Amino acid sequence: MRASFVFSEVITGLRRNVTMTIAMILTTAISLGLLGGGLLVVRLIDKMDDRYRDKVEVSVYLNNDVSANDKTCAKDPCSGLRRALQGNSNVEAVEFESRDAAYDRFKRIFEGNPELVELARPEALPASFRVKLKDTQRFDALSQEFSGKPGVQRVVDQGEFLKRLFSVLTGVRNATFVIALVQALAALLLISNTIQLSAFTRRTEVGIMRLVGATRWYTQLPFLIEAVVAGLIGAVLAVGGLFLGKATFLDKVLEAPIQAGIVPKLGMADVAYVSPILILVAMVVSAITGYVTLRLYVRL
Amino acid sequence: MIRLEHVTKVYKTSTRPALQDVSVRVDKGEFVFLIGPSGSGKSTFLRLLLREEVPTKGVVEVADWDVAKLPRRRVPKLRQRIGCVFQDFRLLQNKTVAENVAFALEVIGKPRPTIRKVVPEVLELVGLEGKADRMPHELSGGEQQRVAIARAFVNRPLVLLADEPTGNLDPDTSQDIMLLLERINRTGTTVLMATHDHSIVDSMRRRVVELQLGKVIRDDSRGVYGVGR
Repeated sequence: MRASFVFSEVITGLRRNVTMTIAMILTTAISLGLLGGGLLVVRLIDKMDDRYRDKVEVSVYLNNDVSANDKTCAKDPCSGLRRALQGNSNVEAVEFESRDAAYDRFKRIFEGNPELVELARPEALPASFRVKLKDTQRFDALSQEFSGKPGVQRVVDQGEFLKRLFSVLTGVRNATFVIALVQALAALLLISNTIQLSAFTRRTEVGIMRLVGATRWYTQLPFLIEAVVAGLIGAVLAVGGLFLGKATFLDKVLEAPIQAGIVPKLGMADVAYVSPILILVAMVVSAITGYVTLRLYVRL
Repeated sequence: MIRLEHVTKVYKTSTRPALQDVSVRVDKGEFVFLIGPSGSGKSTFLRLLLREEVPTKGVVEVADWDVAKLPRRRVPKLRQRIGCVFQDFRLLQNKTVAENVAFALEVIGKPRPTIRKVVPEVLELVGLEGKADRMPHELSGGEQQRVAIARAFVNRPLVLLADEPTGNLDPDTSQDIMLLLERINRTGTTVLMATHDHSIVDSMRRRVVELQLGKVIRDDSRGVYGVGR
């Protein structure tokens, strides 16, 4: 196999159908970019899962009377509730957070939003028990037991909030994957079409190659490499787009929740982790598409 | 060298066989004219030898290959030993004369030093020395056919198939092309030429196989075109 021959054929092929080639590259790039975005969301979900798995707590909020008057949880009903929680078989740890401590935490979380801190008063925040469960699935039993008790305002499973957050992220991920899939279909058809066009414009060459006994690989490889090269350029564009999108868009949009510690920051390392996957997908998919097209539609 | 044994070829789209129970033997080094009106099966005959088509029935042999039963991946090996020339030359218009000839060797993976050596040799053989760097459109029809013959012959095939090679040429030029094919035949290459050209067949006095409606109706060892009509 003469590499120089094959590559000069590839270059001519790509240049000859330059408009189709550009369309093919752009579609591939968009498709891969979306796929990469989806993969980044997956990374984000994984990171959040790691971050929150150990921290999921149940908050038992205390009513205003207790919050205002019992700052150390020394008196009933607060101390009684603490004992009851500590004695519960499903409870691993109990921590009392006074109204002042809650306000401090609030200020910490929203230090990026001074206006919000300005508006908030400690009186609006209840004192609470932050309860860590041995089995987070058994929240309901605990909630039923403590909801009606004196001094308790309400029992909240923070996991619920996280579940909602995760379901939003999962939705975003699924939507990106679906759009990526539709785009990928368009990209596949374009790749297939470009190869057919390419084979048609080169039918004289290919006819002569067949006639003088060039092997199947020799006649088909230029077309396959053409598809793979276009896919590769598309993947490189997609990776570039992801880096750019991360730096200029994602970091700004998520600035507040990242600073508040709610959403973990995605680093360039995460984009770098996704990139080789995109490149590999692009090469494999375009090669397979090329091969199938040559097999089914092009008589070489 | 070439053997067809009771070969029948029916195309899917047609009810009448393109070839019907055809048996022909051609020995090594022979020069054979394949004649007959359009639609008599000449092209099918040549396509069977190249494995462009597979016979419906019968045996096709070229050299030692059982052509009909040859696995797909070995077809290129067969074609590397068969040279082909056509009425329409089939040159690559964007390549020079030398590049057109070299192309046939490049695509079967011949090393570059070999190509650099044999291309000028074969161009000299066909009388195109000094025109290696011309483009096909700068050449006359006869010269273009010489390029095509050079390309067909450059890999020293066992068999040269020529499908109406003089069909687009004037009588004088045709005569030159025939001299060239004769010269190639003298190197030991079997030549099989399909033609309509009465005067060429009559003047060459070589073996003539005549086809009509897919059947061999005549096989003369030193024939002319017109006999039997």
